[in-house]
Amino acid sequence: MAAAQHFSMRGNETIGAGLCAAFGVLFLIIAGLTDHSGYAFHMVVMALACGLGFYAIVNWAARGETRHAPLEINGRPNYNDGPVRFATIAAMFWGIAGFTVGLVIALQLAFPALNFDLPWTNFGRLRPLHTSAVIFAFGGNVLLGTSFYVVQRTCQARLAGVLSPWFVVLGYNLFIVVAGTGYLLGITQGKEYAEPEWYADLFLTVVWVVYLLVFLATIWRRKEPHIYVANWFYLGFIVTIAVLHLGNNATIPVSLTSPKSYILWSGIQDAMFQWWYGHNAVGFFLTAGFLAIMYYFIPKRAERPVYSYRLSIIHFWALIFLYIWAGPHHLHYTALPDWAQTLGMTFSIMLWMPSWGGMINGLMTLSGAWDKLRTDPVLRMMVVSVAFYGMSTFEGPLMSIKAVNSLSHYTDWTIGHVHSGALGWVGYVSFGAIYCLVPWLWKRERLYSNRLVEWHFWISTIGIVFYISAMWVSGIMQGLMWRAYTSLGFLEYSFVETVAAMHPYYVIRAFGGGLFLLGALLMAYNLWMTVRAVAPRAEAVPANLQHVPAE
Amino acid sequence: MTNPNHTAHEPDFDAVTGQSTTGHSWDGIRELNTPLPRWWLWTFYITILWSIGYWLVYPAWPLISSHTTGLFGYSSRAAVALEVQALEQRRDQQAAGLKTASLEEIKASPELLRVALARGKASFAENCVGCHGQGGTGAPSYPNLTDDDWVWGGGLKDIQATIQNGIRWTQNADTRMGEMLAFGRQGMLKKDEIEQVVDFVRSLAKLEPAKGANLAAGKALYETNCASCHGEAGKGNREVGAPDLTDAIWLYGSSREAMIESVHNGRAGIMPAWASRLDPVTIKALTVYVHSLGGGQ
Repeated sequence: MAAAQHFSMRGNETIGAGLCAAFGVLFLIIAGLTDHSGYAFHMVVMALACGLGFYAIVNWAARGETRHAPLEINGRPNYNDGPVRFATIAAMFWGIAGFTVGLVIALQLAFPALNFDLPWTNFGRLRPLHTSAVIFAFGGNVLLGTSFYVVQRTCQARLAGVLSPWFVVLGYNLFIVVAGTGYLLGITQGKEYAEPEWYADLFLTVVWVVYLLVFLATIWRRKEPHIYVANWFYLGFIVTIAVLHLGNNATIPVSLTSPKSYILWSGIQDAMFQWWYGHNAVGFFLTAGFLAIMYYFIPKRAERPVYSYRLSIIHFWALIFLYIWAGPHHLHYTALPDWAQTLGMTFSIMLWMPSWGGMINGLMTLSGAWDKLRTDPVLRMMVVSVAFYGMSTFEGPLMSIKAVNSLSHYTDWTIGHVHSGALGWVGYVSFGAIYCLVPWLWKRERLYSNRLVEWHFWISTIGIVFYISAMWVSGIMQGLMWRAYTSLGFLEYSFVETVAAMHPYYVIRAFGGGLFLLGALLMAYNLWMTVRAVAPRAEAVPANLQHVPAE
Repeated sequence: MTNPNHTAHEPDFDAVTGQSTTGHSWDGIRELNTPLPRWWLWTFYITILWSIGYWLVYPAWPLISSHTTGLFGYSSRAAVALEVQALEQRRDQQAAGLKTASLEEIKASPELLRVALARGKASFAENCVGCHGQGGTGAPSYPNLTDDDWVWGGGLKDIQATIQNGIRWTQNADTRMGEMLAFGRQGMLKKDEIEQVVDFVRSLAKLEPAKGANLAAGKALYETNCASCHGEAGKGNREVGAPDLTDAIWLYGSSREAMIESVHNGRAGIMPAWASRLDPVTIKALTVYVHSLGGGQ
């Protein structure tokens, strides 16, 4: 081993390896002590991850001096794209997994026999698996990957840290594995979108703090005096998600050897915390974070300046300030005091224009480049995503109005609303960003097939339309049936009659979801072939055009 | 559009939009200095003004130990109480006749019957379908209410008593009580004796007994252990909730295994007493509704 003579571990490597070893042993001890088999399984998984981490760090240190990548080469930043590539692949993997589980549970609602009477395949366990897989696993990896890519380019600086960016992407994905297998094994704290138990939450907290530090330290290195708007949005997302996560997961574990924990808040305070968290997970994870993606990838792809700098400032601060108040609209007509319901509703209404600021900036950036929509399906996908964003952020305030909410709440209309945002906005802007990123990251001159992107676009657009129209019709029908009275003043329908009436719409919804999944599979094939079969990009491109996509 | 020779930090002019840029440049991305769209700004202002107006009218801002109450003292709790009250008044007006009329009188009067059936149907859908099923056709362990095979009696008075007081619902002093003993579990009959008595009962119901079953021994066991409740001929006794064993209707299933299970462990299905939850008029309406499902006697 030639490298052995250079072997010397730096301080942070020693700390990293030491922590891996210490926690690995701790997890193994807990695995031995606990009588909960699912928890023991998780402890073994985490101990294995610690072991792999230890091995990787020592191996890394054994590479000697060659491991120290320069910050700049020939006066140009030497970008660190390894973690970005990993997150991009992970996003595609989790996306397809999450869409598949979504299709399965959609079919279960239409055909309950598909629950198979097994605890692991029961709707109640698969539903959080679906939501977490698409929001946190797919969406989260897209956010991690794009944020690490964008912050480097817009700051003209290499990503801060050596081990830490890898810790962030790998640690985050380990959290996903622990969370997802936990749902299947029945480990949950029963809070929507915050199901993982205390030990997974604590681990995510560590990952998230490191994420924030890597991001901030990279911004600190920037060459540009100003911070680009995409980075404001990424920062808003990272900081707020940290606060939300801590607030809604303030639990006391039963013991170190039990996966169970109890939340500090009780009753309506707990409900309020839950929906403050739940709504702002939408606001800061699925909106602020993905607006950051929009602010980089649309102007980059369209090769046009952002429509309005002023609008970006005003709508950013207005969005950040107003969104955080809107959570109580999830608790209209409940035990939540009226004053809190009023604030939740009015702040949701005021949020309408700040949300639309992002839509205007996204769409109007196309001024002078509208013709590209005809020829570039990737750009078209991102522009359609902004249109869906505009539609959902109009529908949201509308549904927060108490009179509308009294009809829409607890119905499929909510599911339709969420999916017009999730499939249309989050899904499409992510697909667009990944279609841009893969040729850039793997240095390919183009995508394997633009035709396949066209097919993806049309198949999934038709899928989304089927999905959301089925849910609108069934949701409004459901709401009307629940409140229908006979001429004698009695309820017209029993609950189970309203369930039976949903069946055809559930079938249509599953069909739409199936099309969306099919589109994603085409995408995965296209990306695979881009990396496998497309010629590498010529290296003679001038420095300042290095990352402009080849058309 | 990106001008490769453009140096950052110098505002530039964008020919397509006629706007100048801010001079920032990030990885080739520039920003136009377009003013805020007027319609956007005004709509934003209007939503803010509307919200302020809404705060004045409705409870809105928390204070130290209370909150602003709004101009009209609105409370959603009071609003829903008013709505419920109005609905109840409307129902009570229609139900005025039901209050005093006897069950038979309700059955006889088309006008009263119409109201009673509507009220009964709604209440049934809310309270009963969970066990007895949509339409009252029952499920294993939960009796079908549309046939004439009644465990505790199918007359108007019987049905009313069952709904009011429940079955084996010990919180209610007048609840219907009856016990099918756990003959096997409590050691009164041995395993082969249970099989013999089950085979005999199967022969009563014209079900296939096991091959070579000793029906005479079963009959003797039946007479000493079962006949006191189910009767010599197995016709049952509604006073104690002992089902008819000679018909084709089997609440807990007619397989040999299910019957052995019944004799071994006994059966003691429970129905809640609704007197504590539903008002007397609703119980009357439910009685008439259930009676009208097809099996009323």
